[in-house]
Amino acid sequence: MSLAIGPGQRLEDSVSDGSSHPDSSLAGDLRRATGLNVAACYQCGKCSAGCPMAAEMPLKPHQMLRLAQLDLRDELLSDPSPWLCLTCETCTARCPNEVDPARLIDGLREIVFKSGSAVAPLRLRAFHKAFLRQIRRHGRVFEVGLIVDYKRRTGALFDDVLSAPAVFRRGKLALSPSNIEGRDEVRRIFEACGQAAARKEVHS
Amino acid sequence: MKLGYFPGCSLHSTAKEFDLSLKAVAGPLDVELEEIHDWSCCGSSSAHATDHLLSIALAARNLSLAEQQGLSQVMAPCAACFSRLATARHEMAHDEEQAELVRPMLARPFKNAVEVQNVVALLQGLAGRIKAKATPLTGLKVACYYGCLLVRPPEVAQFDDPEDPTSMEQVVAATGATAVRWSRRLDCCGAGFSLSRVGSVVRLGRAILEDAKASGAQAVVVACPMCHSNLDLRQSAMEARRASLGLPILFLTQLVGLALKLDPASLGLERHFVSAVGVMRALAAPAPQQLPATRG
Ligand code: SF4
Ligand code: SF4
Repeated sequence: MSLAIGPGQRLEDSVSDGSSHPDSSLAGDLRRATGLNVAACYQCGKCSAGCPMAAEMPLKPHQMLRLAQLDLRDELLSDPSPWLCLTCETCTARCPNEVDPARLIDGLREIVFKSGSAVAPLRLRAFHKAFLRQIRRHGRVFEVGLIVDYKRRTGALFDDVLSAPAVFRRGKLALSPSNIEGRDEVRRIFEACGQAAARKEVHS
Repeated sequence: MKLGYFPGCSLHSTAKEFDLSLKAVAGPLDVELEEIHDWSCCGSSSAHATDHLLSIALAARNLSLAEQQGLSQVMAPCAACFSRLATARHEMAHDEEQAELVRPMLARPFKNAVEVQNVVALLQGLAGRIKAKATPLTGLKVACYYGCLLVRPPEVAQFDDPEDPTSMEQVVAATGATAVRWSRRLDCCGAGFSLSRVGSVVRLGRAILEDAKASGAQAVVVACPMCHSNLDLRQSAMEARRASLGLPILFLTQLVGLALKLDPASLGLERHFVSAVGVMRALAAPAPQQLPATRG
């Protein structure tokens, strides 16, 4: 896919201008999710040059931002690339225009995740879901529970070493969860965040 | 010196030896660690990859507990926990709209008055004391590996130079060991995908360890439990069909403990997959009894 601006299409047509009227573009969604302005990216490519996952990404970080600027929502949100970002923050530390690509990519995932769309790679989505469930249940992460839940969600025979006896022998995995006293408090945080997200949907 | 302590989930499980070695060196260095009562998970990458508000609120709960406990500083040894807590502190101070959403979610008053510190900064501040008490680890060459979250993003971490940090090297110098010069010390090891995308983890980790090895290091020193478990546990996969790496991965606290002549077992040195026996031999210290690495 060409990332150039098509004939008759001006950059200003596709890039949100930062004004406050409700904006249904992807740039607008990103602004609401992250407070950041994707139009600030001037496509120097430095983020992609230092990205450890660029080699595995169909769309490099600067290309993801370009698609967002051009409001090519379906192309971008159906691509696995945002899910291949490790949030290592190298791009954000190096971006000459303080665009904060790492946070914007987080925002893209958040938009996809909340839409319930199935494009998020199953294993990654399953991992996040299983991880958050541990926190919601126990207040802390119980690795064995995490592994079992992750396996259940992916159907994948769990890869390997982490469930090996050698790991247990080193005392590296607790055998039972440690439940915190403030579990209700944590559950309420989850609920309140869910409600805040729902309100945001309604208002946008 | 009294310091709030946020161990985080990893230090209670896969990185137990980070917790053990930190507590072992705290005494000799006159640091009193007071654990945050009833702390909860910082949310880690799963919270911020899916719901930013949740990631801030989960981390802020811990800051509010620390505040309630009268602590002015909290030290989070895990680089990811440190990053999440520091991000929450930063955003609660700079994003009022979001802070207004988060405050009512916390079950107690919250002034955002607790500073967040990482273990490298703590040990850097104690370098003089370490040096005074150390039996120098002369002859041991180590590669200091920072990874991502100790230094990035800079305005959150507020720690060292994000492209050319020196704090770990300063701690290593205080132990009498030598820090080698190498280039991949700030690269990401891929820990976020430790379960979900092992191929990437192996590719990234291998590049890091091959560089450390080529620079003459006998061990790699880390301050992040996820970097540790990646580089230690997955090292055999990184070696598959290639030259052996054989690089023990030590927590910075373990290295300091060795310099303070603490018992290797109290530092959890036998818990690693890549044996630290070579390191001990280089130091002419009694080697710990290694646990079998085979998958039984
Ligand atoms: S480094 Fe910054 S300005 Fe350059 S392409 Fe990446 S996000 Fe855009
Ligand atoms: S944060 Fe994501 S996009 Fe940025 S450099 Fe790291 S892996 Fe690449």
